Amino acid sequence: MLLTCTDVRKTFGASVVLDGLDLSVDEHEVVALIGASGSGKSTLLRCVNLLTGIDDGTITLDGEDITDPKINPDDVRQKIGLVFQSYNLFPHMTVLDNITLAPTRVHGRPVDEAKSQALEWLARVGLADKASSYPDRLSGGQQQRAAIVRALVNSPRLLLLDEVTSALDPELVGEVLTMIRDLKGDTTMVLATHEMGFARQVADRVAFLDKGRVLEQGPPEQVLGDPVEPRTRQFLARIIEAGRL
Amino acid sequence: MTTDAYRPSDVQLGRTAFRKRQAVRSVLVAALSTAVLGTLLGVAVTSAPGWDRVKQSFFDFHNAKEFFPQILEGLWLNLRMLVFCAIAALALGLLIAVLRTLRGPVFFPVRAIATLYTYSFRGLPLIIVIYLFAFGVPGLRLQGTPSVTVLGGAAIVITYGAYLAEVFRAGIESVHPSQIAAARSLGLTYRQSMRHVVLPQAVRRVAPPLLNDTVALQKDVGLISLAGPIDAIRAAQIGVAQNANFTPYVIAGVLFVLLALPLIGVTDWVTLRAARRQNAGT
Ligand SMILES: Nc1ncnc2c1ncn2[C@@H]1O[C@H](COP(=O)(O)OP(=O)(O)O)[C@@H](O)[C@H]1O
Ligand SMILES: [Mg+2]
Repeated sequence: MLLTCTDVRKTFGASVVLDGLDLSVDEHEVVALIGASGSGKSTLLRCVNLLTGIDDGTITLDGEDITDPKINPDDVRQKIGLVFQSYNLFPHMTVLDNITLAPTRVHGRPVDEAKSQALEWLARVGLADKASSYPDRLSGGQQQRAAIVRALVNSPRLLLLDEVTSALDPELVGEVLTMIRDLKGDTTMVLATHEMGFARQVADRVAFLDKGRVLEQGPPEQVLGDPVEPRTRQFLARIIEAGRL
Repeated sequence: MTTDAYRPSDVQLGRTAFRKRQAVRSVLVAALSTAVLGTLLGVAVTSAPGWDRVKQSFFDFHNAKEFFPQILEGLWLNLRMLVFCAIAALALGLLIAVLRTLRGPVFFPVRAIATLYTYSFRGLPLIIVIYLFAFGVPGLRLQGTPSVTVLGGAAIVITYGAYLAEVFRAGIESVHPSQIAAARSLGLTYRQSMRHVVLPQAVRRVAPPLLNDTVALQKDVGLISLAGPIDAIRAAQIGVAQNANFTPYVIAGVLFVLLALPLIGVTDWVTLRAARRQNAGT
């Protein structure tokens, strides 16, 4: 197992967001997290990336307990990439500088090498001509692709994607989804998503979050097509109503 | 079919001509009203009963000529003080602002001292700080006490550092937490996130108020004359006392304005640019 979450509990004041959650992810596996808005998908991803501490339980990465207080969170984050719904590119840096910041400052790679690797990636995702642009000159889809490249150049062991298409106009969603689909196989991914069609296409496993736990998980055809749990059915029915399946 | 070159429609030509006529009219109106107002003001001042005496004691050519060199020499001290104090106060302000953002119990004393400093020195009048430094510190009779000029400069730096620290802090706090989350998620340490992500954005945002405070500082550098060093104002004061004529003060005032003009120009330009960028929106 690359990632295991065991009995993870996370509260914000009186509200219990994760309540004894268990989830494990194998190397090269793609797991889609689905669940109602507010069910804790983002919180789980932030906990795994140690951006926020947990209140109980254990998270291991590569067999190492990363929730051990003796661990340096910066070392763990170097191995995990996180892409946000709102891209969060650094507005004062060009796309290229956004991408080479971590390789040069965190991973100590020579600037030239980091630049040429970044340019290679940008060319691969169709952004070669945007390298020296500032983020506000890019469309949402282009920004999100640049943000994914920014996470990927660090060769993370695990890539976390938090609803990377929900801030995008519908016609821009496709380009980002295509990019993620192309990553499948090389990269282990956990992605929170509202796009059930996409979850069906790329995920090896779909996990449905409800009341702070993984209520149901399995192959996409089963969880999305023939769910066992009534609450999963309810959730999917609402999604179909909203025209999102 | 050949593609025709674009030719404005008659409606558009009409609009353009109308706008041109409007522009010419506006310029004429502005010029005329300025001339009228200027003449009225000039007449009002010069026809005042005391004008001749005021002219003699504030705008006297011989006095101006006699003391101009000393005042200019004094201004050189003001200029050097300005450059040194501005750089030192900006550095101090940035340092204090960053110290105030540190979290964790280890940093409690640092945070407390930084906070106490910004609170007290923003309330303390600069004149008092200058007196305390320039006359109090030498009174201690310590070995190697610096000159009064340096002590006065230190008073200015410490007072302005407190103001600038608050400006920097406002800038730091205006950077959205998601930017820090993004930086940390890439593996950057707290320090690296501050240095490469937060501070560059913060400084850009507060550049206009920072420059504004620097303009204020350039004026207050003149208060150093209270402690004794011969800057432009002190040189003017000596001239005034010598001939019982106020013209040297006017000269010093004009020189101060001239010294400030470039900085004020830069401030306006930066402010305008920042406003444009905000309005362009993202
Ligand atoms: N920093 C926070 N402080 C307080 N409550 C929070 C915070 N972050 C998330 N929450 C709460 O945790 C719950 C789960 O949020 P989130 O993980 O964003 O859900 P999802 O991503 O599935 O929509 C929500 O009820 C939200 O209000
Ligand atoms: Mg979310």
